[in-house]
Amino acid sequence: MQFPSRLIEHAVEEISKLPGIGKKTALRLVLHLLKNDVAVSESLANSISRLRQEIQYCEQCHNIADGPQCTICANPRRQHQLICVVEDLPDVLAIENTGQYYGGYHVLGGIISPIDGVGPDELQIESLVNRVAKPDSEIEEVILALSPTMEGDTTAFYLTKKLHPYNVKISAIARGVPIGGELEYADEITLGNSILRRRNYENEH
Amino acid sequence: MYLENISLSCFKNYTENKLEFSADINCILGPNGSGKTNLLDAIHYLSLTKSAFNTIDQQNIQHNCDYFSVRGVFNQGGSRTKVQCSCKTGAKKIVKKDQKVYTRLSDHVGLFPVVLITPYDTDILREGSAVRRKFMDSIISQIDHSYLNNLLRYQRLLNQRNQLLKDFATRQRFDAELIASYDEPMLALMSTISRRRNEFVEQFAPVFQKHYKTISDDQDEVAISYQSEVISEQFKQSFLANHQRDVTLQRTGMGVHRDDLKCTIGKRSIRKFGSQGQQKSFVIAMKLAQFDLVEIHKQFKPILLLDDILDKLDDHRITRLIEMVSSHHFGQIFITDARAERTAVILKQVSSDIRKFMVSNGEATLVENSISRD
Repeated sequence: MQFPSRLIEHAVEEISKLPGIGKKTALRLVLHLLKNDVAVSESLANSISRLRQEIQYCEQCHNIADGPQCTICANPRRQHQLICVVEDLPDVLAIENTGQYYGGYHVLGGIISPIDGVGPDELQIESLVNRVAKPDSEIEEVILALSPTMEGDTTAFYLTKKLHPYNVKISAIARGVPIGGELEYADEITLGNSILRRRNYENEH
Repeated sequence: MYLENISLSCFKNYTENKLEFSADINCILGPNGSGKTNLLDAIHYLSLTKSAFNTIDQQNIQHNCDYFSVRGVFNQGGSRTKVQCSCKTGAKKIVKKDQKVYTRLSDHVGLFPVVLITPYDTDILREGSAVRRKFMDSIISQIDHSYLNNLLRYQRLLNQRNQLLKDFATRQRFDAELIASYDEPMLALMSTISRRRNEFVEQFAPVFQKHYKTISDDQDEVAISYQSEVISEQFKQSFLANHQRDVTLQRTGMGVHRDDLKCTIGKRSIRKFGSQGQQKSFVIAMKLAQFDLVEIHKQFKPILLLDDILDKLDDHRITRLIEMVSSHHFGQIFITDARAERTAVILKQVSSDIRKFMVSNGEATLVENSISRD
């Protein structure tokens, strides 16, 4: 694309680095900013730079936070005997939105995949083990809420091995047919797994 | 099951061509380099969503064109299915069944099976074990869909594990728990995969032996057997005991990715001790056994593609093959030959609906439509 100004070119270049934004969309955003008040652009630039400078990660669970501790860890009304291990931040939001969970979290920051250069050292695994191993730890159960992919399974397997020596219950989220979905549209692997790991009806209802 | 017709656009040396086929025998005749094999390859595309000769789809686009498209109609017991396979430059190939685009190409594989016999088949014997595993895997995958899934999962675990072993070497550190996270699921998959392969070879070998006896005059005893370290009872222990070596070599040294098919003639390796003729008969018998096995599992006959085999086989073997054709062992057949007179002589004895197509410079035309039934 040809631009009449180096400044525009540079701005388009930077904005199109964002996910989901191509050169044309970036140009539209740049022109939009130019049409509006200077204050709009300044407020945007300011919020971005403050975001980067002031954002913190919770010392305990590595969730996003405004201070050293996130709102979930700081909340005395949550059940801190439970921690739910997730891959990344969006997973915390997804589980929070269910309204079904009142425990704490632990954000790994990724998933073990040597091909992508991610090993246990790149993730918050040691800090999870330390949390559980602390002598005054009140943690009773660790729930592994990782994606049902091969990498997710490997990570879950590794965490189970690492947490095995400590006196905690380790569980994993159930996998199966989506609620409200038609059985005939479920994919074979999921449906096959649901049949193999069927649950006892009477005990749970 | 048979292919009623095919239309090609900008596929290899075909610019635009539409052909109606016989449900029995179709002869594709023409000089070398005219495009006979390309026509077979187009049929291969419709069946397996890929070329039998060139794995890079883009290279099958005609020079100076920006796409290719192959369309065909399969008839299965009266019900017709349109299949289309197309590829644009710089884009992924698209396969459609009755106008619906496949999200997973593997869903199409196995619906309209073909068996291709080509002069390159002896590579199965001459090259490394990977080719023989591929031969075995492609047949089992067509019969058993969960097998393909297990195989893909295993391959992914193997890649991850090998990368991990390289990381251990660079970081000079070994993490027993981390490697165990790969070992356990891999061991489970390996036992499933090797059990399935073993089952397959047990079914395949006797059919193969029967065909070898028919095709060749040889009195020598031929055999195919499944070779795998995984079958051994101590495999799990030896696999786990092999960690040290894996770390040194920076790859997984044991597993189903090292399986092989042992092909022997008179108890000796066919690759080392078989004559060229014996090797040819050996692979043709393998392909015919593939045909029979697919037929048993699908309950219908696959399409048979015979590429240039009249040229490469002696009269005796050709006679035997044609006897099988006459006795209606096969369903629809496509056969290429550079010498029209020879084909005419050979097929004289066969009473079927035979259509002959003459190919010249990327254009095939129907030249003879001889319906001779007695």
